[in-house]
Formats: sequence, C-alpha cells, structure tokens
Amino acid sequence: MNVALMDRVLDTEFPGSADGALVALHNVQKSFGATRVLHGIDLTIPPGQFVAIVGRSGCGKSTLLRLIAGLDQPTGGSIMIDGQATGWRGSVRLMFQEPRLLPWQRVLANVEVGLPKTSDRRERARDVLAQVGLSERENDWPSVLSGGQKQRVALARALASHPRLLAFDEPLGALDALTRIEMQDLIERVWQEKGFSAIVVTHDVTEAVALADRILLLDEGQVAMDVTVDLPRPRRRGDPAAAAIEGRILDRLLRR
Amino acid sequence: MKRVLPWIVPVLILLAWQAASNFGLLRSQIMPAPLVVAEAAWRLMRSGELWTNIEVSAWRALLGFAVGGGIGFALGMANGLSSLSETLLDSTLQMVRNIPHLALIPLVILWFGIDEEAKLFLVALGVFFPIYVNTLHGVRSVDPHLLEMGRAYGMSERSLFLRVVLPGALPSIFVGLRYGLGIMWLTLIVAETISASSGIGYMAMNAREFMMVDVVVVSILIYAALGKLADSIARLLERTCLAWNPAYAGV
Repeated sequence: MNVALMDRVLDTEFPGSADGALVALHNVQKSFGATRVLHGIDLTIPPGQFVAIVGRSGCGKSTLLRLIAGLDQPTGGSIMIDGQATGWRGSVRLMFQEPRLLPWQRVLANVEVGLPKTSDRRERARDVLAQVGLSERENDWPSVLSGGQKQRVALARALASHPRLLAFDEPLGALDALTRIEMQDLIERVWQEKGFSAIVVTHDVTEAVALADRILLLDEGQVAMDVTVDLPRPRRRGDPAAAAIEGRILDRLLRR
Repeated sequence: MKRVLPWIVPVLILLAWQAASNFGLLRSQIMPAPLVVAEAAWRLMRSGELWTNIEVSAWRALLGFAVGGGIGFALGMANGLSSLSETLLDSTLQMVRNIPHLALIPLVILWFGIDEEAKLFLVALGVFFPIYVNTLHGVRSVDPHLLEMGRAYGMSERSLFLRVVLPGALPSIFVGLRYGLGIMWLTLIVAETISASSGIGYMAMNAREFMMVDVVVVSILIYAALGKLADSIARLLERTCLAWNPAYAGV
C-alpha cells in the first residue's frame, strides 16, 4: 500500500562469507496457467546472508523458494547462483515443511541421502548427525522419533553435502513452541559455523526477526518491504528493538 | 503358554473326531478316523507316492506363480510409472480381470489338453491379477513428497526407483503376494482335480475312484499344509522387509 515503507538494503553493508552462495534474481516471474504468482522479483542475496521471507499465505513465498531451490522453473526472468544460471542444483539444499524422511531407511541412511556415493559417506553422515545431536539414534527407524528429532535428521541430511545455499520452507511450522525455539537456535548455530547463505520462508514474523539478517515481505507476488535486522546475536527473545521491527512488519502484513 | 493356546482347539477337535469314529458315530466311508488318515499318510510317504505328487504340485504352483506374478509385477510397475503405458493397457487388463479365470478351463483344455501348460496357464492367470492390481496401487500410493525430496537431493532415476518407489510400494505388493498365493493353491486344486495324471489333486481323485476316503482326506490336509506354509513364508518375508513400518513391527 504505502510505498514509502519500502526499505532498501545496501548489499555492500554485509560482511559476506566465502562459504555462502551469491544469489541474484532478475525480474523473476512465475505463472500457473492464467494465475500470475510472482510479478517480476529483483533480489540480490550476498554470500552468507540469512534472509527471511514473510507474507500472507498465497503471496508466492513458497513458490519463490522452490524456484531458487531449482524444483520449479521460472516463467520469466533469471536466477543466478554464484554467477551461474545452471548447474548449481548440487550446492543448494531445501528443507521442507515436513521432514520427508524415507521411513524404510534408518536415521543414518536417511542422512546419507544428502551425500554423494563416496567411500567416506558413512563417516560424513555420522559427523553431521553428531552436529544436530542425534548420534545415539543412528540405527533407529524414523517412525520412533519425535517431530523435532525428525526435523533435526532432515537438517542433518540438508547440511551433509555442505550446501552453499540452504533454503527452508516453513520447516518449523509443525513443531511445538519450545522445540521450535530449540530448532531456531540450532539452525542459527550451524549457519554461523558453516557460513552458508540461508533463505527461510515463514509466516511467523517473530521467527523471522529472531533468525534473519534481512526480512523480505512478499505481497501479491512482489517484494513489498525489505528490512535489515541489525541486532546482535544470539538474540534474546522479547528484546524491545526486535519487537519494534516485528511490529512494523506485522502492521504492513495486516495493512494497518 | 501363549504358544500353546492356539493349538488347544485343533487338538480338541482331533480328539473329538477320533472318539466319534471309535464309538461308531462317524462311518469310515464318510470320514475315516484321524489315526486311519495318519496311517494312510504314512503308507503314502513310505511308498514315495506322496513325495512325488507333492513335488509335482509344488513345482506347478511355484512356476505358475513366478510366471504370473512376474508379469503382474512388471506390468504393475510399468503402468504405475508411465501414464502412457497405463492408458494403453490398464482398461484392457481391467476388462480381462472380470472374467473368472476358472471359467476358462474348457477353453484351456481345448488349447493345451491336460498337459502341464494348461495348469501353468491357469495358475499364472489367477496369480497375475492380484499382483498386478496391488503393485499398481502400491506405486501410485508412494508419497509424492518423498519423490520430490529424492529429486531435489539429486537421486538418479535408478536410485529413486530402488530407494523410494520400490520400498514405498512394497507393503501393497505384499498384500498382492499373499492374496496371489491363496489363488495359486485354489487354482491348482481345481485344475488338478479336473484334469491331471499326477499331483495331489490327481491323487485325491484317483483315490475317490477306489473309495479310499483316507487318501482323499490326506490330500486335502496336504493342500492345507502347503497353503499354510506358503502363507507363513510370505509373512516372514513381510516382517523382514517391512520392519520399518510400525504396523508390522509387532506382528
């Protein structure tokens, strides 16, 4: 509504990271039949930045994420990752809303799904399983794990191949409030350790403010707001500065 | 104690049956006593007649099952994975499925006589449909989310099939397998009873000619035992292959 609300972020402000991907979207459009979901998105994500995309349901945020993850093709425009238009599928990993573990494979084998077939595959899977704190569950079937544990295995699977870009599609939506906060802390920790670029789609503005360097508000297929969250980490929940940013975004979301 | 419980009722029935025969309540021409049946079984075993016939019947059953099940599995997979193949074949197969395969017996005898081919054809045809239908259903019901995950994580078509489609379809395939095993024995019994010169069904019909009721009962019991054996093997396989599935964990 109010275009004056649109913040601009200067990419040069961000320190950057050698292990993260540079994502550049130019006039990206996506239509499903006659329905236009994305109306020409321009966006640059510097390496190592943590971006949250918020918006009402149906605003196209998941569609955008699927395009960046390479699961769908844009109708128009271009997506460049590390300066390349193709061939980057292997350096991008997507974490889904549901854990999507193979129920017929044990936990360790599920983590191995994320790894190329090399001789040290098992060792690497064990390492990354240890990073999410589930070493002792490697021989369990997924069906005996709790929802939070399943998402941790899914996170390990996504992390295993050292992606340069990790995309999260509302991965914590189905978790209870406490498990959610634990998972947010875990995601923040591995992101700081590994330095990948991260994009998380969420409808939870609090979560966006807790995790992201930058928040994009998507409305009717366009970027309606681009907010930098310049708060020190780890962020304490209930911080007034965070609450102010959250309030501003919610106001725009609810069109107040 | 848990292991003994299921056997109490069968043992009681046997005892009652033996007692009824001993007190003359059951005429031996209608139903021979269990001990007489056991004696007949022993006699047939010693002469080797029983083993030869079991071998012949088991071979027919397994070969027919392998042929019919193999084709059913292959077509179920093909039609589940390719919509072109499904459009081309499925409606035809569904039409043929509505013909009871035993209704073809007169035709089959005309085609093959009473040779081995006739029995193999009938068993294969009977087994084909449950395996086909359940394999197709299994492939269709594989979670599309998992397929998408596999693709997003760079699985090749081959490993997608081996690690996602096949294990996902397996519970349904096992339903088809167990159903197919039932039809396998049923078809074989009918086929061997009507037209055969060897096998358990032939042994029973031959014994009827000479009023050897005990041998008839032995044949029926052998069929029951073979059917139970096949089902137990299928269940064991099911438990091993589907250990991941909580529905099968405690079975």
